[in-house]
Formats: sequence, structure tokens, C-alpha cells
Amino acid sequence: MSFAFLVFLSIITAATPLLLAALGEHVVEKSGVLNLGVEGMMIMGASLGFAVAILTGSSVLAIGAGIGAGMTLAGLFALFAVWGAANQVASGLALTILGTGVANVAGVSFIGMKRETIPSLSIPYLTDIPFLGRLLFGQDPFVYASLALALGISWWLGSTRGGLVLRGIGDNHSSAHALGHDVRVVRTLAILFGGGCAGLAGAYLSLIYTPFWSPGMTAGRGWIALAIVVFAGGRVWRLVLGAYLFGGMSMLQLHAQAGAIGIPAQFLSSLPYVATILALVLLGLRERRSQGNGTMFAKPFIPDR
Amino acid sequence: MPLELAARAHVSPLRTALTPALSFAAALLLGGLVVWLMGRSPVKAFDVYLIQPLTQGWAIQEIFLKATPLLLIAIGLSFCYRADRWNIGAEGQFVMGGLCGGGVAIACQGIGAWWVLPLMLSAGILGGMAYGALPAVLRNRLGVSEILSSLMLVYVAQLLLDWLVRGPWRDRKAFNMPQSITFDPAATLPALLPGGRVHWGLVFALLAALVAWYVLSRTVFGFAVRATGEAPKAARFGGFDAQRVTLTTFLISGGLAGLAGIAEVAGQIRQLQPVISPGYGFTAIIVAFLGRLSPPGIVLASVVMAVILIGAENAQIALKLPLDVAMIFQGLLLFCLLGGEALTRHRLVWMRA
Amino acid sequence: MAPHAAGDRLVIGTQSASFVIVAGDSPNPDDTLVVLTGISKRFGLFAANDDVNLCIRRGEAHALLGENGAGKSTLVKILFGLLQPDQGTIRWQGREVRIASPESARSLGIAMVFQHFSLFDSLSVLENIALGLPGTAATEALAARATALAARYGLSITLQAPVWSLSAGERQRIEIVRCLLQEPKLLVLDEPTSVLTPQEAEGLFQTLDLLIADGLSVLFISHKLDEVRRFCTAATILRGGKLVGTVDPRAQSSASLARMMVGADVAEVEHRPARGGTPMLKLQGLSVAPADVHGTVLHALDLEVGAGEIVAIAGVAGAGQSELFAALSGEAGRIAAGLMHLNGVDMARLGLLQRRALEAAFVPEDRLGHATLPNARLSDNLLLSLPRAQSTSGGGIVAYGRLRAKLASLIQRFDIRSSAADPEARRLSGGNLQKYVIGREIARAPKLLVVNQPTWGVDALAAQRIRQALVDLAASGAAILVISQDLDEVFAIADRIGVLHGGRLSTVLPAHVRSREDIGLLMTLGERAAQHAA
Repeated sequence: MSFAFLVFLSIITAATPLLLAALGEHVVEKSGVLNLGVEGMMIMGASLGFAVAILTGSSVLAIGAGIGAGMTLAGLFALFAVWGAANQVASGLALTILGTGVANVAGVSFIGMKRETIPSLSIPYLTDIPFLGRLLFGQDPFVYASLALALGISWWLGSTRGGLVLRGIGDNHSSAHALGHDVRVVRTLAILFGGGCAGLAGAYLSLIYTPFWSPGMTAGRGWIALAIVVFAGGRVWRLVLGAYLFGGMSMLQLHAQAGAIGIPAQFLSSLPYVATILALVLLGLRERRSQGNGTMFAKPFIPDR
Repeated sequence: MPLELAARAHVSPLRTALTPALSFAAALLLGGLVVWLMGRSPVKAFDVYLIQPLTQGWAIQEIFLKATPLLLIAIGLSFCYRADRWNIGAEGQFVMGGLCGGGVAIACQGIGAWWVLPLMLSAGILGGMAYGALPAVLRNRLGVSEILSSLMLVYVAQLLLDWLVRGPWRDRKAFNMPQSITFDPAATLPALLPGGRVHWGLVFALLAALVAWYVLSRTVFGFAVRATGEAPKAARFGGFDAQRVTLTTFLISGGLAGLAGIAEVAGQIRQLQPVISPGYGFTAIIVAFLGRLSPPGIVLASVVMAVILIGAENAQIALKLPLDVAMIFQGLLLFCLLGGEALTRHRLVWMRA
Repeated sequence: MAPHAAGDRLVIGTQSASFVIVAGDSPNPDDTLVVLTGISKRFGLFAANDDVNLCIRRGEAHALLGENGAGKSTLVKILFGLLQPDQGTIRWQGREVRIASPESARSLGIAMVFQHFSLFDSLSVLENIALGLPGTAATEALAARATALAARYGLSITLQAPVWSLSAGERQRIEIVRCLLQEPKLLVLDEPTSVLTPQEAEGLFQTLDLLIADGLSVLFISHKLDEVRRFCTAATILRGGKLVGTVDPRAQSSASLARMMVGADVAEVEHRPARGGTPMLKLQGLSVAPADVHGTVLHALDLEVGAGEIVAIAGVAGAGQSELFAALSGEAGRIAAGLMHLNGVDMARLGLLQRRALEAAFVPEDRLGHATLPNARLSDNLLLSLPRAQSTSGGGIVAYGRLRAKLASLIQRFDIRSSAADPEARRLSGGNLQKYVIGREIARAPKLLVVNQPTWGVDALAAQRIRQALVDLAASGAAILVISQDLDEVFAIADRIGVLHGGRLSTVLPAHVRSREDIGLLMTLGERAAQHAA
């Protein structure tokens, strides 16, 4: 197989955690909440997922632990930001700090351990088709899951009653409340979903992508996922595109490093971060200061009593 | 849910003043629970984290040494946060300050003139300001979220320093150690007391707090910052330019973080290394909130947080607890502060079934 | 949330009843729809409702009258399940019920159109309708039902349009269609005509007449007494959270109803019509691009306001009133063409502070959050509009002593009442805060004052005081431009009146040659189409 083809395959692996986390945050933001704690939930998923994998040997339990860890932190965020009407930006920062701390402390005894990655799909004949076979039928299960999730979310938000209610709450929580929709319950569910997605994304990193645990291994991917949501401007197809672009960026960095083309490693490592800023700049140049979200976005909702 | 928040008609000043203290106490209890879950005695941990740093003579100096950067950065951040501008990239502005000022020290190696140190400090401040101005300008011109851009720039600054110290600025005589040359005595910030470790950075920090207190509470600019944060439309009606407030608060906060960076490099490390901050820029966010964004509160909060950081270093040896337990505590503390804030503005009421 | 006994819920059915309505009669259990008895609701120390009774019969148009802050909204929120009463009972069709939530209100047959519409700007009309109905997505079946119902009651709506693009009248029709699709027995309308032109209001009453003929009851919340006397057959009046009484409004005069609402006679504004002196404000062919994407573009406005006169600009929401204010104050909007002169000085390129330095003053519509910082003290809030020379002792340092003295004189001069000497802005009542906000500008003795919605949501006594203060300021030689949606106000104080429609300004003519119908037509159709219609 050619080098370029291998690069392309690895882009998919790099893009999947970004896509998973971004999809979760997309749903959260559609409900009118900004959860900046993606990085914290993601690294918790990575740490606890890997720990459970080593302790039990079960990949299923490990994935479950990753999702559960993300949801637990998300629940904490919902408790403060939704039910306690606390500032959402500050709550999200607290979540990232707490999550990083807990993940690093919990992961201490697992540093340096290695584990077999979760096997990719293998269908006789189909996977053996040159090029397309590996590409279409030879990925790990989460690649398919993330793409199915993208389609599912797009359909659910656009065509179901539940999706409509969620969008309504995100557009105007006072109106939604007046019409009898339970703003805080729906937002809590959305936040829990987002947490599960971020936790899954983290578990993907430590169980499939690397596969090992090291402190700080998310390396800002949670924040990049947030930037992808901004970049997507509410459209799921742009979310997928953004995730794959950034996946490509981080792979370019790894392969260029391996290829040792004479550029300092640090410059290549900074590519995803610089690219994130550049993407937001380009977005700003194109859609000058259009506020995609309503005036109520990221504002707490407190019903009268 | 039977428990509901109801807005308080009036919040007494006493309740407002007590909130941070009660939140801190709640965070201590939760932190104790974490330590207990890890199989250590919470009482012992309380002693190691909070009491020992205060009772051992050698540690007092260390407290002020750690409080200095926290105070400088948090004072700057309080301007941004009051204006509802979320600079979370102070860590990067700190690194840039250290990097620019340190670069001057390396360039002026061997000159030994009196102006080297002031030049270094100015370069540090300007470096931090310029790096802080970036997210502000991007927000003003293009509507780029300052939260994301300021954080992304942290990674970039850290990688830039890493490259310089391993590459062009590496001390050739230091075998393969990734570090710069050690600065000339003329390029180091002198100690406050002869033989001590606490340097002039502490004086800068306290001065910054004093000036900030005056500016925020007594000047039209302080009111403009507050208005921009609380009610942007009212601020515009008052003739205050939101973009200018954004840029100014980022310049102040970047400049102070940059000063903290060069003070740390010139006063303590005395050379450039790949990593010059154990996360002061992020811890200072907690300090700013613990101090309720008011300079006197931040002075106190920076000391408290420095104690915890020293305690965490001690706990590594005394209790075999990882350094990151302090990070868990910081996260818990920020949550407790947010919860405390919510309970200051609202009261909990039981809803009738 | 408490469990709600299924037995309490009443199934919506068809009920045909014949009835004679005579307000004031003792309630006959057969024709009463809902009876609220002894309702009390406190917020902290403040009693929003204190032992209030309300009885609505089947097929009745019942008015709920009261000033801002009289407790109307609280009572209605209790009826709709958004608030729970501290005391009191609700009987629906003779059975005691607990209305725990808007869903239970809806399942009883109560539907509500809020004054601030419960709509979702970024969603389509059909999606908005679906969100107000239980368990349905925005399906084609729903679209068909909505279209049929709208046609039956003469309500024109476009189902696919996004709501942000619609006028206030269109928005209200969506709300009404959404309510009627639930086949309610009681339709609650909160200040429904406050955003409508007289012609639109007429259309609304025709629709409501059809609905009442079909047996629906309507609870009509308003402070417009003429409408209530014309349309309603019973009126319950609240004042300060307490019940004043229930009367037949057709047997009352507007003045007697007003006395019951206010508890005192409200003096008329004393206004000697004036002819403008030297033009203080002059707009010529002024076109402005709005700052907001969804804002209204102002086209070629011509306007002169002379010293000593009050010019009022009427218009419905979205006609360009806020854009005009923002362009005049210099807060927002880009001037694309034309002249804007203040006392002979070109002010098109000047900022807000420079315009103030030329002795212009501005009062925005939103008193909390735009005219004031909600959490700042009144003395601090003076910093928003006082010239720096008066508020600082040089070098940008605030002179707090001077601010407090200034505030004390304002409080006295404009009778601003509050529980503290220097309270935070949010702790003042609407009327008192509005007196502060307008007084703050009047005290500067400006040569030009531009006011947007001077008495919006303000109690009658404060409104009278504010209007009188504006008239007095004009008499002292200032030019005043009042931007208002309230036609009563426009006719009470204006010397000349212009109308904004779709960002274009009609000819500005003396008030005495204008009738309400003229103005209404201009508000609905704009000048050119109105001339065609005439």
C-alpha cells in the first residue's frame, strides 16, 4: 500500500475522536448551553477507560467506563450551570481543571502500560478489495459509529419532535418554558449526551489511537473540538468536514516528523493549534461578525417562583 | 425537583464577603473526601497542605515566591473577567513574557550594564502585551472567540519556547541539557532581603494590586470595564467603546502576565528552560475568582493558593500523593465558588409537593 | 413537580350551552367556566396577588384590568400553571383543580397568548406551531390543520417563513392559531393590541367575535379602556395586587374605569400646542444601514424638529423606530446617504459623546440594561450620560460626592421613590426608574432630546408625570423627538406627527390635522399605499 494511502487511513483515526466530541458539543450548543469542559471530560474518558481496560481486560467495560466518566463530569456541569444557574464559561473551565486533575491522579499507576488496540473490522473478501476494501470495510467500529452518529443527530435534530423541542429551547428558553417545555431537564439530557460523546472520544484515544495512557494526552483536542463546532456553524456536514480537516492536520504533523523534512518538530506540533486559530479567522473573514447564536445563548435559565 | 433557586431581593454585603471563605471551606471538605478515597488521612493531608507550609520558616519564602506570579497574573485577569472577556491564555502570555525578557538577557550577555534589567522587564511586559493583544484584535476585527484563540496560543508559546531552548538559544556548554546560558548577575532580579529568595517581583505584584484597586473602584475606566461586562448596551450608551475595553483589558492582563513571566525567569530560574511555569496562568484563574475579582481579595487568594501549591509539593513526599491532587482541589474550589455565588444571589427553597 | 391526579383532568369535549351574560350577577354554576377564589401569591415581602377572585363564564369576553404591577400577570400565570398560588382555589367547570404546569392548563382547555410572544425566532412558523402543541413534530398533517383553521377565522399566516422575518401582527396570528389548534375553552390574551395598529386591532376583534360566537371564552388583559368597553361584557379590576371589583364595562365610562384602576384621578397632560422655532434637528434624505442583520433599513428620511416643539414618530414594531433611535444617538447603524444636522452642525460622523457635547440627550427604550446598569447604584449610573467634566475631578477619576449630590436633586425634582437613598437600578419600579432615566437627561437642559418609548410599561401616574415633564421641557425651548408605538401618548403630547413604515417616514404633519385612523393606516400600509387606499 502506498504511503499516501496509509496517511489517509490514519487521518480517519485522528479525526474520529474529534468528530465524536464535536458531535456531542453540537447537541449541547443547540440546546443553548456552552460547555467548555470538553477537554476535561475527554481526558477523564481516556484515563478511566484505559484503567478499566487494564483492570478488567474488557474493552466493552473500558468503553463504558470512558462514556460514564464523561457523563459523570457532565452531570456535575449540569448541576452547577443548569440547576445552579452558574456562569457557564467558568463552570466549563472548572470542569476542565477538575477533569484533568482527576484523570492524571487516577492514571498515575497506569503510565507506561500498553495494551492491544481494539481490532478493526474485517469482512472476508470485502475488506480484501484493494484500497476501497480497507477504507470502507476495514476501520475500527468507532469510525462507523461516529459517522452513524453524525447522520443520526442530523436526522434527530431536523425531523423529530425531540429534536424540535431541543432547538426551540436553544433558540429561546423563555418561550419554551412558557409553552411548558422543561428547559432544564432537556438541557441536562443534552449535556449528559455531550459528556458521553466526549468520554467516548477520550476512551478512543487511549484504547485505539495510541493505545496507552499518558498525562495530558488529549493535548487540547477537546478545545479543538469546540472550535470545530464554531466552524461548523450548526451544520453537521461541516462538523464532519472540520473534524477530518483537523484530523488531517495532526496526521500531517506526525508523518512530516517521521519524514524529517527539516522543519523543527515544535513547529509541526503547533500546526493544529495555529490551524484552529486560522480556521476561526477565515470564518470571521467570510461571515463578518454574524452572531450565529441568539442573545440567550450560554445564559442561565431560572424560572419564576 | 423539590429544591429550587429563588432570587434574593437583596444581598447583604456580609453574605457577599463570606461567600469565598465558605466556598473555600466546602472545597476543603471535598478535597478531604478525595484524599480519604485515596486511602490517606484527611487530617494529615490538611496538616501537610495547609498548616505545614505556614509553620515552617523555609516555606514562608516559598509561599511569597509562588504567590508573586499568581498575584500578578490574577490582577490582570480580573480586568478581563470584569469586562466579561475570557482570557484563559495567561499561561501563554506568561511564557511569552519570560521568553522575550529572557531573550534580551541572552542577547546582552556579558554587557553587565544597569539598563539590561529594565530592558528585560520592558521586553517581558511588551511581549506579554503583544501576545495578549492577539486574541483581543481577532475578537474585535473578526469575531473570533477569545476563549479558544487565547488558549490555542498557550500551546504555540510553549512549543516556541521549547524549540528556542533546545535549538538556537541552547547553551552549547551545557552538554545536551535543554537550557539557555545562566543569566549575568546584572540580568537577574535582585532579592528583597540579602540572602533571601523572594525577589522584587513581589513588590511589583503588590504595586499592581494597589494600582488596580484604585483604577477599578475610582476611575471612569474602571466603571467602563464593569459596564462592558454587566450590560454591553448600557456601556455603549455611556459612550464606552467595547472594542477598546476588550483591547485594553487584554493588554493589561497580557502585560502583567508577561511581567510575571520575566520576573519568574529573571528572579528565580535565572535562565530559560523548556518549561518555565507549573501552570501559574491557569491557577491564577482560580485565584482571580477566589478573590472575587477584587484586588484586595486577590492578594489574599494568591497567598492561600501558594500555600496549597507548596503543600502539594510536600504531599508528594510526605503522603506519596501525586502533584495533580492540587489540580483536583483547584477544580473543586472553582465549582464551590460558583455554587457559593449562586447561593449568594439566590436562596434554596423547598417546593410544596 | 407533584403528581397530578388523573381524575382532576377534564377531557376536552364539545359543550353547547346557551347563556345570557349579565356581569355582576351571582355566579351560576351552570355557566361558569372557571372560578378563582381567594388567590394570594407573594414574592418575598411583596404581595403580587392578595385575596383575588376571578369568575369567567362560558362564551364571555372578560377583561382583566389593572396598571402595570397591579398583579394581572401573576394571576394569569397562576391560571396557566406557570406559578403556584400560596393560597386560594381554582374551580374549572365546577370541579376544584390544581394547575401544576402549562400542560395541565392546556389539558383543561386553557390557551394563552403572552404579551411577549412565546415564539422562536430562528424556527419556521410551522415549527413554532408544533412546539406549542403536545407530541407533534412539524408534519404536513399539522400544516394542513393550521391552514384550514387560519382560513376559517381569517388569520393569514405563511407556514414556512422564519419567525424573525415577521411583523408583530403576523407573530400574534401565529400565537392565536397555535392556541386555537388545541381547541381551548378559554383563550387568554395578554395586552394583545399593544403591538397592533388600530386596523390590525380591528381585525383581531373580528376574529375574536367569531370565536366567541363559537362558544369560546376570552380573558382579555388590557389597559386600553376604550377597547375593553367596546369588546368585553365583564371586567375584573385589580390594583396593587388586590381586587377592586368586577363590573360591566359597557355601563362604565373610561374615566370611571381609570379611577378604579389607578385609585386616583389621573390629570390630563397640560399641553399648549407650539410651533417649532429654529430647527435643532434636521434630517435630509437620510438613509441608514442597520447594525443588526435582521434590522430595518432606513430610507431617505426627511425630518425637522424645531426648538420648543415635540415631534412624535409613530410606527409598529419592526418599522424602523429602534434603528432611527440608534442612528440619532450614534450608537449603531451606518449612514449610507443624506444629512443629519444638530443645531446646524453636521453630526453624521460624530460619536455619541460628541453629540452629547452639542447638547443633545437620548433616552433609549430599555431602561434596565440599556439606559442603566441593573446592578449599579443610581449615583454610579449617572456616569453613563453625565458629561465627564461634571462627573470626574480630572484625569478620569470619579467624583463620587458630586454624583451623590446630583442624584439627590434628581430624586427630589422628579419624585423618584425607592426604599433606599441610593439603590441599585434594578430595585426601582418601572415607573420610578423611567422617571430617573428621563430626569437624568432633562436635568442636563438639552437643546435636543430624543426619547424612545417614553412611558412603555409605566404606571399611569408616572406616565402622566413623565409626559408633563417632556411638555415642560419643550416649553422651555428644547426640541423633542418622541419615538412611540403608543398612539394615546403620541396624541397627548405631540405638536407634529410622522409615521415610520418599513423604514420610510411619512410626511410630518401637525397633530390636529391627523386622526387616529390616518395614523393607523400609515402604520399598516405606509404613506404611498395609504394614499391609494384613501
